[in-house]
Amino acid sequence: MALLEVEELSVTFRQRGRRTVRAVDGVSFSVDAGEVVGLVGESGCGKSVTSLAIMGLLPRQAGVTVEGRADFDGTDLLRVDRRTMRDIRGRDIAMIFQDPLSSLNPVLPIGRQVTEVLARHRGLSGEAARREAAELLDRVGIPDPTRRLREYPHQLSGGMRQRALIAIAVACRPRLLIADEPTTALDVTIQAQILELLKELVRDSGTALIMITHDLGVVAGMCDTVNVLYAGRVVETARRRPLFTEPRHPYTVGLLNSIPRLDGGRGERLSPIPGSVRDVLPWADGCAFAPRCSRQVPSCVGGPPALVLTHTDRSYRCVNPVPPAAGPATPADSGTAPAPTAGGSAAGETRTTAVPAAREEESA
Amino acid sequence: MFRFIVRRLLQLVPALFGLSVLLFIWLHKLPGGPESAILGERATPEMRAAIRENLGLDEPILVQYGRFMRRLIRLDLGTSISTKREVTTEFLERFPGTVELALTAMLIAVALGIPLGYLAARRRGRFLDHVSVAGSLVGVCVPVFFLAYVLKAIFAEHLHLFPSSGRQDPTINATRVTNFFVLDGLLTREWDAAADALWHLVLPGLALASIPLAVIVRITRASVLEVLGEDYIRTAEAKGLTERVVRNRHVLRNAMLPVSTTIGLLTGGLLSGAVLTETVFAFSGIGAFVADSISHRDYPVLMGFIMIIAVIFVLVNLIVDISYSLIDPRVRVR
Ligand SMILES: Nc1ncnc2c1ncn2[C@@H]1O[C@H](COP(=O)(O)OP(=O)(O)O)[C@@H](O)[C@H]1O
Ligand code: SF4
Ligand SMILES: [Mg+2]
Repeated sequence: MALLEVEELSVTFRQRGRRTVRAVDGVSFSVDAGEVVGLVGESGCGKSVTSLAIMGLLPRQAGVTVEGRADFDGTDLLRVDRRTMRDIRGRDIAMIFQDPLSSLNPVLPIGRQVTEVLARHRGLSGEAARREAAELLDRVGIPDPTRRLREYPHQLSGGMRQRALIAIAVACRPRLLIADEPTTALDVTIQAQILELLKELVRDSGTALIMITHDLGVVAGMCDTVNVLYAGRVVETARRRPLFTEPRHPYTVGLLNSIPRLDGGRGERLSPIPGSVRDVLPWADGCAFAPRCSRQVPSCVGGPPALVLTHTDRSYRCVNPVPPAAGPATPADSGTAPAPTAGGSAAGETRTTAVPAAREEESA
Repeated sequence: MFRFIVRRLLQLVPALFGLSVLLFIWLHKLPGGPESAILGERATPEMRAAIRENLGLDEPILVQYGRFMRRLIRLDLGTSISTKREVTTEFLERFPGTVELALTAMLIAVALGIPLGYLAARRRGRFLDHVSVAGSLVGVCVPVFFLAYVLKAIFAEHLHLFPSSGRQDPTINATRVTNFFVLDGLLTREWDAAADALWHLVLPGLALASIPLAVIVRITRASVLEVLGEDYIRTAEAKGLTERVVRNRHVLRNAMLPVSTTIGLLTGGLLSGAVLTETVFAFSGIGAFVADSISHRDYPVLMGFIMIIAVIFVLVNLIVDISYSLIDPRVRVR
């Protein structure tokens, strides 16, 4: 049974004097215990809003409407009362955000920011809390943790700050961790280290992880299942290998083709998806991707394309999917993997594990 | 921290030096020079010459400035023209009342303004928010002396809830130690005198608090709104912290930074505002004395007043800087 089951989640922002934004428009996906699930899509497709809705962190204002279900271990997070949600947050579900500097309180020592969550959910205080905090910092690879506990966020480097935030997030051994673009604000080499750390932590503790990113290269190295989002909806769900080798949705293919490659220098160009995220069709009128899609056929418009389930782990939302054999526009003989945005040996390593292995399977 | 304070204190020296130069120039550029300031315009030439000699006004300007500075350093502010008493003595007698009043007003403004500003921000766009925004607008618009008259008419003369004037009930025979009446009552254990002095502070304190209260509400509201939108507040919420901890440790602590600066800046205005409030409540602070000095052109008193206000202003802002660095580690010197 799934640990988290998100069903037809919709979030609408209605503001006076502004266009109503349906930021999330019927997102469904599930996360099993201990599973690493990717939520991938271009910026603005509703990834952050989805995760904030699950966490109950969207602004509580008139004009913000959340619909659907998010069942966590049998509790619908969207309907649970505020007090219970405060108990769940930080203890059962934790979250890591994109910008580690602005996500840490500038006027509190790092130690306090770690111990306060230990005090809240694990009843630790005083020396016991400090010892546990130091241990946590040590576990996330922060050297000299007792000294770091007394320091303030501005005294730490970007990578160290994100490690501190990860320490805070895993402090109560949550069953689910949501990481919203945890490496986007960091240097490339640091990015790989942080991804490696996250992978290690969830593997060792059995924590499920929702990895949110706009970069398919990031999920290549760590996700078990990938959900591709477009305009507030999941357009394709697949296990990692089939997604990379046999993407069915034209948008997924577009995303794969826009991943920079390690050998990208030799005449091969990145092919970004034409058009912009803003050129969307409301899902009610047809496929939101239609204005940018090269495979568009007349039946794409007129109503939302139905979800096609090929087999248990695989589904896509397209009336004219890419045939299974075509695959991504990767030269089959080059044997290269989708690579992160730039060099960095560790970064390359993270990704190469995934795709070549998948190719072997394909040729076998 | 100690070195930080010492350094900030040393920074005061050039500021006060500059001010003393300005004051000196001001005194010498008065129409007719200092002697007319002292004697008035109808003085005879002989009287002028006598006083010029007496004050050493015919000596080189630098010598005069040196003497002026020596006296300032010895806290010798000269003699009041109207009361013929030492300015320092006059101040020691009257200033404590004003300081008491200003402190009361500031306490009221802070104690009401910060919670109100916080609640207004939290209930943004709702009833309480509209009320406090409108109220703070009224607060800065209504002249302090008018508010003082209204408060006095309603709560003192009509309802008889508070005394209508003075600092102490004349029937109470209180012992004077510092001329801070409340403090005196506490020091001498004359509790009824302390309570009575406090009682006399309420209405003038409220009147004087109106502008700082309005400003603090607005600044707190704006500052809290800004902090509420910060990523670290979202992190605090994501940790599942209780509302109280999020409010006190995360929102207010950060939101207080601009508020503390504002409190420092408001202090100067508070001391000047005290002049009018004291007049309405016949409160024997420095206010009425300074007002009289302005009309009597009592320059030694005015100069002393300016100097003291400047020193207080600078000291209050030093305290603000110190509290700022206690809240925010980023401005702390290593
Ligand atoms: N508080 C808000 N009010 C109005 N619109 C919002 C708000 N938060 C997000 N949105 C809109 O929702 C859409 C999805 O945003 P988001 O989930 O942040 O995208 P991303 O996939 O990049 O994380 C965007 O169009 C954004 O403008
Ligand atoms: S439904 Fe049509 S427009 Fe949408 S992705 Fe599939 S082919 Fe393209
Ligand atoms: Mg986002």
